[in-house]
Amino acid sequence: MSASLESVLQHPGIWRGNQRAQTAEDALPTGFAALDELLPGGGWPRGALTELLIERQGIGELRLLMPTLASLSGADGWLAWVAPPYVPYAAALAAAGINLKRLVVAKPPSEADAWWTAEQALRSGACGVLLAWLRAADERRMRRLQLAAETGCTWGVLFRHARAAQDRSPAALRLLLEPAANGLAVHVLKRRGGPVSKPVILAMPQPGVARRARRTAPVLSLVQA
Amino acid sequence: MLWLAFHFRALSLEVFSRGAAAPEPMAVIEKQGSRTWVIACNDAAEACGVHVGMAAPAAQALADGLVVRRRDPSAERESLDGLAVWAGRFTPSVSLAPPDGLLLEISTCLSLHRGLGNLLKQARSGVTEMGYAATMACAPSSHGAWLLAKAGIEKAIRDHVRLETVLAALPIALLDQPPAVVESLERVGARTLGECLRLPRAGVARRFGQALIDELDRALGRRPEAHAFFEPPPNFERALELPAPVQAAEALLFAACRLLPELEGFLSLRQAGVQELELVCRHERRNPTVVRLGFVKPSRDTGRMQLLLRETLDRTRLPSPVHTIVLHAPLVLPLSASSGDLFKARNGEADGDLLLERLRIRLGKDAVHGIESASDHRPERAWRPCQEQKHATAAANRHRPLWLLPKPLPCHDGRLKLKSGPERIESGWWDGGDVARDYYVAEDRNGAQLWVYCDRASGEWYVHGVFA
Repeated sequence: MSASLESVLQHPGIWRGNQRAQTAEDALPTGFAALDELLPGGGWPRGALTELLIERQGIGELRLLMPTLASLSGADGWLAWVAPPYVPYAAALAAAGINLKRLVVAKPPSEADAWWTAEQALRSGACGVLLAWLRAADERRMRRLQLAAETGCTWGVLFRHARAAQDRSPAALRLLLEPAANGLAVHVLKRRGGPVSKPVILAMPQPGVARRARRTAPVLSLVQA
Repeated sequence: MLWLAFHFRALSLEVFSRGAAAPEPMAVIEKQGSRTWVIACNDAAEACGVHVGMAAPAAQALADGLVVRRRDPSAERESLDGLAVWAGRFTPSVSLAPPDGLLLEISTCLSLHRGLGNLLKQARSGVTEMGYAATMACAPSSHGAWLLAKAGIEKAIRDHVRLETVLAALPIALLDQPPAVVESLERVGARTLGECLRLPRAGVARRFGQALIDELDRALGRRPEAHAFFEPPPNFERALELPAPVQAAEALLFAACRLLPELEGFLSLRQAGVQELELVCRHERRNPTVVRLGFVKPSRDTGRMQLLLRETLDRTRLPSPVHTIVLHAPLVLPLSASSGDLFKARNGEADGDLLLERLRIRLGKDAVHGIESASDHRPERAWRPCQEQKHATAAANRHRPLWLLPKPLPCHDGRLKLKSGPERIESGWWDGGDVARDYYVAEDRNGAQLWVYCDRASGEWYVHGVFA
């Protein structure tokens, strides 16, 4: 490749298909270098929706977000949890470095209210992040949320079931999460920029292990009484 | 000294009509002697041919559907009090000039309101917002300003010399003198204040009374004036009767917004804010509906109140039409005045409290909460929902799951592999919530990590959390 072509390709307006998009929008570092590498701008997209698709709760989907949530809780803006399936537990959140003062939990009585709440939280711009567990997603509702996130310049995270992976979605980033040995396998289903074929394996902090590493726990099988 | 006088020229009509945006033709009548006259009417009535000074039966015959109200001096007095409360946002020195005037001493508060022009503009828009019309005039003496306002001369005069030349042209009839005095002055050819002032003082005093000389001196600022300043009520509760019963949220909101400037004046004079606001909607033959607003922090921002009122009223179902609304502030708390930004305030700054208030209106107060940690070893009591975070620090524990199940779930899931533990928690024997548990981290077949415990009393296994 000649030197002049090289200089032309350096132009920021030119994007080549084999690169991730170098977006101008600000990104929130994930705290996992291997994941930052894959994401446009080097982190979670602020001002857009991120979908996390999981087969079931409890594989590390929240631990994946904790470093970012901890840094967001240091700034202004709520960490809004809309319709969480369980109780976000104060002691563990504090241990992850989250300032509980910035946390707000909304439990809307109906699904329509939940979508409304999520949209208001994104649109107001008063939230650093919105975490939402919503059901009955359709394209119109998703598009409204994506537009609200752009308007309020707020990072919206939707937790959805993995079977939604085949559906079309206006979200800027879609990740499929699967449990892996001592961590989490992250498949990038959609990002701004080209596709990613291989999943990235992230090492997650494991619960309980650090304290009792030397004592081997008994291996039991719990059979229903 | 600089005085600002308001003359509410149509107060007797506005007390009835200001509760609605486009009222129907309306006239206010008063009995004088043996006959009843129209003393005020609105534009809609004038368009039908009704005019002030007409006999009441004639007006009724002329306009079909004319709403005729008898003059209500007590309602006028209440309105004037409300206006005085509103005027408290400008200055604490507010004096009433019943039945239809207000006098404000404003020389001390001009710089607070960034100059006279700005203050007048604010006053004008405030009066309009409340549904009144006023003539405003400024003068170095309160009586001078009042005479100018009554004469309809909207001028801001700041020196005595100019005040004298302007006052000289005003008719004698404006003076606060008995009709006999005014009549005999006119008979001697003194039709304006200027002509009256040119007459010899001693003779005027002897013939027309010292009161006339005193009044002229007060108007010109040559004689000190004594004022009883208005004392605002300790509580805020203002009623507004609607011209016609309404049920639409939009119409109610309009009426409520007529009262908000008064509330703002009340609060800014006290350096206070409201944390709760009640709008009582009175119905015919039914218990009133009370619409409540809650704020995260004390507030006196009327724009915010209006927005929250709109959302609340939209979601309130009224059983029947409303004839009177009452705005009531049950919880008034001190609020330090926000010091104005030296540079331009940042635009588009998101208001986090406003979001919470709006969510609470739609979802209910308890459905939106924060989370704080409590000092208890039992996991289910180590946290609690809270409306406002009080404790600065939270007890952190690395060995707790991010999700806690609201109620422990019996293990029906077949095989779990215990990965670490046990952590024994025994507590609560003193308050009836006795627990004796061994907690473990377990992994199920799908790779999810659970926080399980074995109840030591029964030997049963339960899932209590998820390491998400």
